[in-house]
Amino acid sequence: MTTSLAGTLIVMPALNEEASVAAVVREVHEKLPGVAVLVVNDGSTDATTTEARAAGAIVAELPFNLGVGGAMRAGFKYALAHGYRNVVQVDSDGQHDPAGVVRLVEELQSADLVLGARFAGEGDYEVRGPRRWAMVVLSGALSGVARTKLTDTTSGFRATGPRAVRLFAEHYPAEYLGDTIESLVIAARAGCVIRQVPVAMRPRAGGTPSHNPFKAARYLARAGLALVFALIRPPVALHEGVVTA
Amino acid sequence: MIPIGTYILGIVAALFTLGLVVEMLRRRQLRERHAIWWLIAGLLALVIGVFPQVLVWAAGVIGVEIPTNLVFFVSILILFLVSIQHSSELTTLENRSRTLAEEVALQDLRIRALEQRLADTRRDDRSS
Repeated sequence: MTTSLAGTLIVMPALNEEASVAAVVREVHEKLPGVAVLVVNDGSTDATTTEARAAGAIVAELPFNLGVGGAMRAGFKYALAHGYRNVVQVDSDGQHDPAGVVRLVEELQSADLVLGARFAGEGDYEVRGPRRWAMVVLSGALSGVARTKLTDTTSGFRATGPRAVRLFAEHYPAEYLGDTIESLVIAARAGCVIRQVPVAMRPRAGGTPSHNPFKAARYLARAGLALVFALIRPPVALHEGVVTA
Repeated sequence: MIPIGTYILGIVAALFTLGLVVEMLRRRQLRERHAIWWLIAGLLALVIGVFPQVLVWAAGVIGVEIPTNLVFFVSILILFLVSIQHSSELTTLENRSRTLAEEVALQDLRIRALEQRLADTRRDDRSS
């Protein structure tokens, strides 16, 4: 367990998370001793950087906001340049329990991309109504693409193995929903093995997910569009060799 | 026949467009690849301005009943192509600035690490 975590980098994209980021970094260090934490400050205007550094994280500061996709690609590049084998994405708002990282990384032994899923029977986090239906439709479509059963495709709690880290350091999309939907499609079409494991999620510190049916419809439409375009784009190949950063 | 005022206005407008584009090219405020559509549009407008019969003839050949409609069609087509080109260039630029932003963040980390090591070395030198 410790051996696999030694080559693992935790990447936390953070946008104006001064209130929670330090606590999350400390919790990670506490529950996963010795693991490296990279916080990617995605153009925050608050004290996210100072807070995260004080808590003992390495902090990369993007000069302006790029979205989760941009922050994550910077994280993958960092991992590649510094010889980390695996990257685990953890939200900086405390939604993900760091204890789940161990499960995700263990699963990487037989997979390239492991998603931590909310609806797989663990945890008390639940989404209902139209948004839930939108997620079910989306999961069905993506399960087909990924050739495995996925129930929570929008999860930001995911672990990436060495092959996928190399792929994502080049090709991680920055568009809206690109970091969740398109990245899955890119990985699946490049031949990555995708798997899902159940993890416990905590309710987000700020606010509850929206149950507005119009917003859900809009979300589904944008997600569908993102999926269609991801599928008709030319696939990217997975390079087995060493890629220079 | 076209009234002389309209005839002159057409030519002046075309010359103004061409003059503006050429001047901006000369001052390097416009790159050739972006200017090409505007140059084509300006030249077409000048030809039609000087020889309106060309427009009537072209409309007849294609089968457009009202020659002005051909002007509108070609104008919209050119504007459309320019917009598409701009959207595409914008996408390229966004991708580049995204890559640069990521590189900047990573370079900054390397500089911080180097500065830290430098500071440590100096302190060690002084203490020894």
